Amino acid sequence: MSANTDVKTYTGFRFMTILCLVILYAPLAVVTVYSFNASSSITVWEGMSLRWYVDVFVGPESAKFKQAAFNSFSIAIIAASLATAIATAAATAIVRGGRYKLRVPSLGLITLPIMVPEIVLAVSTLIFFNSIGFTRGYLTILVAHTAFCIPFAYLPIQARMQGIEDTYEHAAMDLYATKAKAFRRILLPLMMPGIISGFLLAFIVSLDDFIITNFVKGAGIETLPTAIFGSVKQGLKPNIMAISTMLLGLSVVMVTISHFVSKWDNTK
Amino acid sequence: MLDHVEIAVDVRSAVKRYGEFTALKKISLSIQDNEFFTLLGPSGCGKTTLLRMIAGFEDVTKGEIMLFGNKIETLPPHKRPVNTVFQNYALFPHMSVLDNVGFGLEMLGKSVPEARKRAAEMLELVQLSQFAQRKPAQLSGGQQQRVALARALAPSPKVLLLDEPLSALDMKLRKAMQIELKHIQRETGITFIFVTHDQEEALTMSDRIAVMSAGELQQLGAPREIYEHPRNMFVADFIGDTNLLEVSVDKIVEGRAYCQLGGNHTLTCNAVDDVGVGAKVHLSVRPERLILSEQATEAESLKGTVVENIFIGTDITTIVNLDDGPQFTVRTSNSDRGTKRLIAPGSPAFVNMETGAARLLVD
Repeated sequence: MSANTDVKTYTGFRFMTILCLVILYAPLAVVTVYSFNASSSITVWEGMSLRWYVDVFVGPESAKFKQAAFNSFSIAIIAASLATAIATAAATAIVRGGRYKLRVPSLGLITLPIMVPEIVLAVSTLIFFNSIGFTRGYLTILVAHTAFCIPFAYLPIQARMQGIEDTYEHAAMDLYATKAKAFRRILLPLMMPGIISGFLLAFIVSLDDFIITNFVKGAGIETLPTAIFGSVKQGLKPNIMAISTMLLGLSVVMVTISHFVSKWDNTK
Repeated sequence: MLDHVEIAVDVRSAVKRYGEFTALKKISLSIQDNEFFTLLGPSGCGKTTLLRMIAGFEDVTKGEIMLFGNKIETLPPHKRPVNTVFQNYALFPHMSVLDNVGFGLEMLGKSVPEARKRAAEMLELVQLSQFAQRKPAQLSGGQQQRVALARALAPSPKVLLLDEPLSALDMKLRKAMQIELKHIQRETGITFIFVTHDQEEALTMSDRIAVMSAGELQQLGAPREIYEHPRNMFVADFIGDTNLLEVSVDKIVEGRAYCQLGGNHTLTCNAVDDVGVGAKVHLSVRPERLILSEQATEAESLKGTVVENIFIGTDITTIVNLDDGPQFTVRTSNSDRGTKRLIAPGSPAFVNMETGAARLLVD
């Protein structure tokens, strides 16, 4: 790259970069560091300790957090699986469906929820459940999560599928495979990195969701984010920082796996 | 007629329309069993469409396609006992070479070990046994091409369809593959239908060639027949190099047509039906059937001036402008250079031709 177009030579480049990184990551860094604090205070450093991590698992609030974690993970796994299955079917239809009239609208309809303000989705989902008389509880969270996870699962699957030429399916059918067999033996394995990537994204989105969950969950049922919020309302304690740090670590791992899987080439 | 020759593929008045556009205008042709048959034409002539109709990837707008006497035009691709070698090979990238080759047999209901055994035999035929466990992306283009061939041959199809399979290879490899393909076709006895836009490739490999243009069949015949007796302008121009000259027929005597080239040059050739006296038509002479000389050697020598000598390896191409007349391209074999001296550009020269070298063409 020539010197005069290289963004690194722009005035203030270094300053802006550092400023952005600090704004983005300073709060996360503080929470992570202070989660290892031995003190009961959240602001005074008293030395390194795993005390609050132990507290999360055996402390007074541990039963609540364990139940919340179970709800969160089971909902995330089921919702992500359902959303991925639906997204795979949708991607197959939209990418392989030829030039049908409603192709662009269908693509818009399936990805639009990403752009809709979450609070609007939350309120409308709540109103919808109320109007059909659906009692709020575990199941309402699951249904809502499945719905809003679909676009997140869809995007990596579609991206992957667009790179697969249809001559592979032609070749399979030419070699006596029925359409169903060509899909299962050829298209599905080639789409698999996209599908896994979509699943992981949907999983993490479901696991992290607070707003929609908070609206549609019934009384007495909590997921990790709502349980943490409930705890914080009664006063900020270092055990919250320990939980947050663990969730943060999990998110980083999942997003990283998703990134590498989407680039993974199962043809080499 | 021809009751001793079995017809492998019979295309009967096949028409293909895409909306308003007609890709194939009522094509009829019969491809014999054990034949190396080539569909030749420029891009957009409908040759690939016809191949895809035989494979089952395009439906037939009108007409019939018979495979050994059975109507197949309504069958889905997986029910037609034909296999295809695709232009970009379309090897399944996530499967090993061995599983690629065995795929068709597996789909036909053979067990995996059985399919693998046959696949291994096919890989031996194309000399790729040592690559059985590799993924297609780890092979070179030429190797991938041979895997595609082995994969299409493994289920022992009644007819093998090849869609410009050599177009992605470099010239050396392509020439070697042409010979190998021809060899495999003879060895297996399977009918090959080969699509190409490369006339040299078609001449090299085919038993018979169907020359197509604009969705129509222009000529069907053996390579030599098509090269030496092109039926019309398109075929003469498309197959090989030729001198295409506008002439008017002065008179026809005893089956010989006397043609006016302009600039008081005349030459004679065999008269053809449909071309009468006074007709303005085209005449084709292959450059290699012309002989240059410094002196007039016969009554019909055409006088001109050498413009340029172009060295093209095996041959030397000489461009000659006739005095007040058309331009000729003359090709002299490089092996004749001991006996024939090149005539320098700017020097006068005479263009001579053997009887029967020039052909009148119906447009």
